[in-house]
Amino acid sequence: MEFLDAVFVTPFASMWDNPEFLLEVLIGGLLTGVMYSLVALGFVLIYKASGVFNFAQGTMVLFAALTFVGMLEKGMPVWAAFLVAATVMTAMAFAIEWVVLRPLVNQEQIILFMATIGLTFFLDGFGQLVWGGDVHPLDIGIPKDPLIIGGVLVNEFDLVAAAVCGSLVAALAVFFQKTAVGRALRAVADDHQAALSVGIPLKTIWVIVWAVAGVVGLVAGILWGSNLGVQFSIALVALKALPVLILGGFTSVPGAIVGGLIVGAGEKVAEVFWGPATGGAIEDWFAYGLALVFLLFRPQGLFGERIIERV
Amino acid sequence: MLYREAGQFKTSYAADQAVFPIRQDRFLIAAALLIAYVAVPLLGNEYWLLTIMIPFLVFALAALGLNLLTGYAGQVSLGTGGFMAVGAFATYKLATGFPGLNIVAVFLIAGVITALVGLLFGFPSLRIKGFYLAVATLASQFFLIWMFNKFPWFTNYSSSGVISAPQRAVLGHFYVTGAEANPVDKYLFVLSFVAVLAFAAKNLVRGRIGRSWMAIRDMDIAAEIIGIHPLKTKLLAFAVSSFYCGIAGAMWAFIYTGGVEPLAFDIDRSFQILFMIIIGGLGSILGSFLGAGFIVLLPIFLDNTPRLVGLEIPVNTVTNLQSMIFGALIVFFLIVEPRGLARLWQIGKEKLRLWPFPY
Repeated sequence: MEFLDAVFVTPFASMWDNPEFLLEVLIGGLLTGVMYSLVALGFVLIYKASGVFNFAQGTMVLFAALTFVGMLEKGMPVWAAFLVAATVMTAMAFAIEWVVLRPLVNQEQIILFMATIGLTFFLDGFGQLVWGGDVHPLDIGIPKDPLIIGGVLVNEFDLVAAAVCGSLVAALAVFFQKTAVGRALRAVADDHQAALSVGIPLKTIWVIVWAVAGVVGLVAGILWGSNLGVQFSIALVALKALPVLILGGFTSVPGAIVGGLIVGAGEKVAEVFWGPATGGAIEDWFAYGLALVFLLFRPQGLFGERIIERV
Repeated sequence: MLYREAGQFKTSYAADQAVFPIRQDRFLIAAALLIAYVAVPLLGNEYWLLTIMIPFLVFALAALGLNLLTGYAGQVSLGTGGFMAVGAFATYKLATGFPGLNIVAVFLIAGVITALVGLLFGFPSLRIKGFYLAVATLASQFFLIWMFNKFPWFTNYSSSGVISAPQRAVLGHFYVTGAEANPVDKYLFVLSFVAVLAFAAKNLVRGRIGRSWMAIRDMDIAAEIIGIHPLKTKLLAFAVSSFYCGIAGAMWAFIYTGGVEPLAFDIDRSFQILFMIIIGGLGSILGSFLGAGFIVLLPIFLDNTPRLVGLEIPVNTVTNLQSMIFGALIVFFLIVEPRGLARLWQIGKEKLRLWPFPY
């Protein structure tokens, strides 16, 4: 009885009593969700273009952030470090296409998925071998002061992160809709064989898409890193991005964004209001539970392509 | 020449439907069992039995369970670690709650409990497929581990959250769990379980149930049209797979490590077991064993190689290098033989049919 009360009555009562606090929690959650979206975005880009479920995305985020921090620590200015890290990610895209994807072309999806897990192990080891396993503090001058907007406490840093994420998505949208490469990417995402038959080079497209995912990962890594320091746990963000993916649909960029926001907000609200009833730390699995329940009603996710099955 | 079925005529239906219809197969199985039951306990020392053979067998059992689900029924699951944890904790609760219960019965009941939990988490598979399902099964992984960490009832209100397995014996006085257990007894106990369950699995997959699983795997709509009930088939696959994983988890906790802790069954464990069946071969009983052997031995091999060669490398570097080599080897294996070690064995058998003649 007490438990039922704590699950069904108390949380709603406390929300009703203090709507500003609810709003604060909600906004905090939405802003965390932006970060999830950024990581999920990298997944979606790669899955759309090459059908590879890239488990290594989280490690790519970590690796990019480590490279960036390493360059900063060597005394480079921020823009140069960003360029170097972006170049490294592009080079990595070439290497991955050459070593992993090309020999495995036409294999089943689960084999490719496993290969990306192998890649995760490799990059984990490689990144820490080169840059060390310590926590690297990262400060690129993003302000972190709390602001009060309309009676609600918001962290300035989160606003900057949201703005960066928004402009990145806008840039990607322009890239996809208006440039020749973007159109080729969309063609490949629609149908590999049709794209090949009109002369779109599949291999080049794969390199481009992995490189773009790497740069998106770099941005995500810099933002996470400025918040928490660049450390191994960033790679685990990938596990948070997975429920975002199934919620939004593997093939949908807007899905990744909206899914990230839903997961971020839902997670925070659940932790703050239902945490006491269940003993806390439900953040670990709440997103998965949410996504699971959601999928029962809509198996393709929010914006995923409609699943049509034929025999 | 060496491995040829020519001349082995079947004169009865029973002989024709035997599990191992070819004489050479029967011989190999008998030899493997003989080595496992006689030679290994006689020749192996405590280190070999406790740190290599027992984890190998436990992993093989877990891989077998996952292979039934993923390799045969085609439902990718990343929740193996969670199900193993259910088995471990169910065993602990049963063993402490009913001290008089035989340990074999405890393991079996724990398996059944895990099967029920697996059934529950198998329900989404009816609506969700492919990678969506794989990610959805992560929900079971995270939820179950969280649950065991959070509710002290599961650990009998132990303050540290880590609990040790109570002392239990089979056949009167052969202690297989607890601090005073004899390594050889432990090994033989695990081996017997694994042998029986592997034989059961081998039979299961060649009968009606296994065939319906494979039909669902290959194309579930077509399978439904020819009269296979997807609900029953998928849920049965989840239940049987969880039964195996549950017993493997119980053995991991009770016999291998001697203590139950949720951390031993985190997501890395799930991936490890998925690796085993991919490297070993999806949809192959033998593959589960080969994959388990590979994944168990590889880190030990990587650990010892630098020392044998005489290199002095700092521990951190070794860990990172190991991780790199492990990852690279996985990719290498997938490229060289995406269908796993079992496929290599099959190719070898084809070659042996003719060898030493050219054709």
